[in-house]
Amino acid sequence: MKMQLIQPFINAADAVLAQGLQCPTSIANLSMEQEAYRRKGVAALIWVTGDIEGRIVIDLDPETAVRVASRFAGNDLPESDELVRETVCELANLVIGNAVTSLNDQGFHFRVHPPVLHTSEHGPKSSEDTEALVMCFETCVGNVFLNIALRHNACRQLERAAAVGHQEI
Amino acid sequence: MEQFAPMKRSKDGQPVRYLVVDDSVFARKNLARMIETFGGQVAGEAGDGVTAITEYVRLKPDIVLMDITMPQMEGIEAAEKIVQQHPEARIVMVSSVGYQENIVAALQRGARHFVQKPVKPEVLYEVIKYVMGEDGTAAHAATAGN
Repeated sequence: MKMQLIQPFINAADAVLAQGLQCPTSIANLSMEQEAYRRKGVAALIWVTGDIEGRIVIDLDPETAVRVASRFAGNDLPESDELVRETVCELANLVIGNAVTSLNDQGFHFRVHPPVLHTSEHGPKSSEDTEALVMCFETCVGNVFLNIALRHNACRQLERAAAVGHQEI
Repeated sequence: MEQFAPMKRSKDGQPVRYLVVDDSVFARKNLARMIETFGGQVAGEAGDGVTAITEYVRLKPDIVLMDITMPQMEGIEAAEKIVQQHPEARIVMVSSVGYQENIVAALQRGARHFVQKPVKPEVLYEVIKYVMGEDGTAAHAATAGN
């Protein structure tokens, strides 16, 4: 997986968490995995399709999710399953939306699908061309895990470039 | 959360009424809290574009805050359909996906403005003041946050 694809996600997660939580964040752990994804807490999964294809998972334990939600809301919120699910999905939306914005400005075109809760213990196994990058962000309210498995769909970008060229002739 | 000079409708001095459209309950609640600090009133909520259209017709809000990535019908398509039927509709897109292509598409299809998530209250307040124009008045000539 190219760093060009990964860096926007790191930057977006860092910016969204730092702004929403009003505290600095740091990457505690970063590794590449080809093993099947193993859920750590409550996870939201977002698929992207287009010039870049794959999935991104955001994963945090329920207690951290409540603290994140409270920080984002500006006041303490009572713990509930719904709040936890909503927080994880919205956090995924924010991080991925901001990363996608940056990638699109670099010329990549794709579609982001609405987040879905990832309820099973394991996720799809990564393959050689979609090796997953796993990151742990340490924040003042707990750890947030990001699991990114993307691949550059070069054929689609070439097809689009050819189509544009054809129109211009 | 900081307070803003309450924004009212010029025609009757009533609070500005909002329709909040987002598939995330969490995002809707956060926006509703901001609207409260603006002195506004949440007239209704919707979780997808199809419901947004029916709720717009039923509630006739002053402002629609509309997410883009939603199930069933995305925000830009819903905005276009609302504006086709109600050219006076004031729709502000609120999305984390803020690349230029998306913003241009939203504006071309009838949205009045675009705010990127995570939403900063002071930015949203200024956008709403701008979009309301002469149809809205802030209680004092105060700046956001005063």
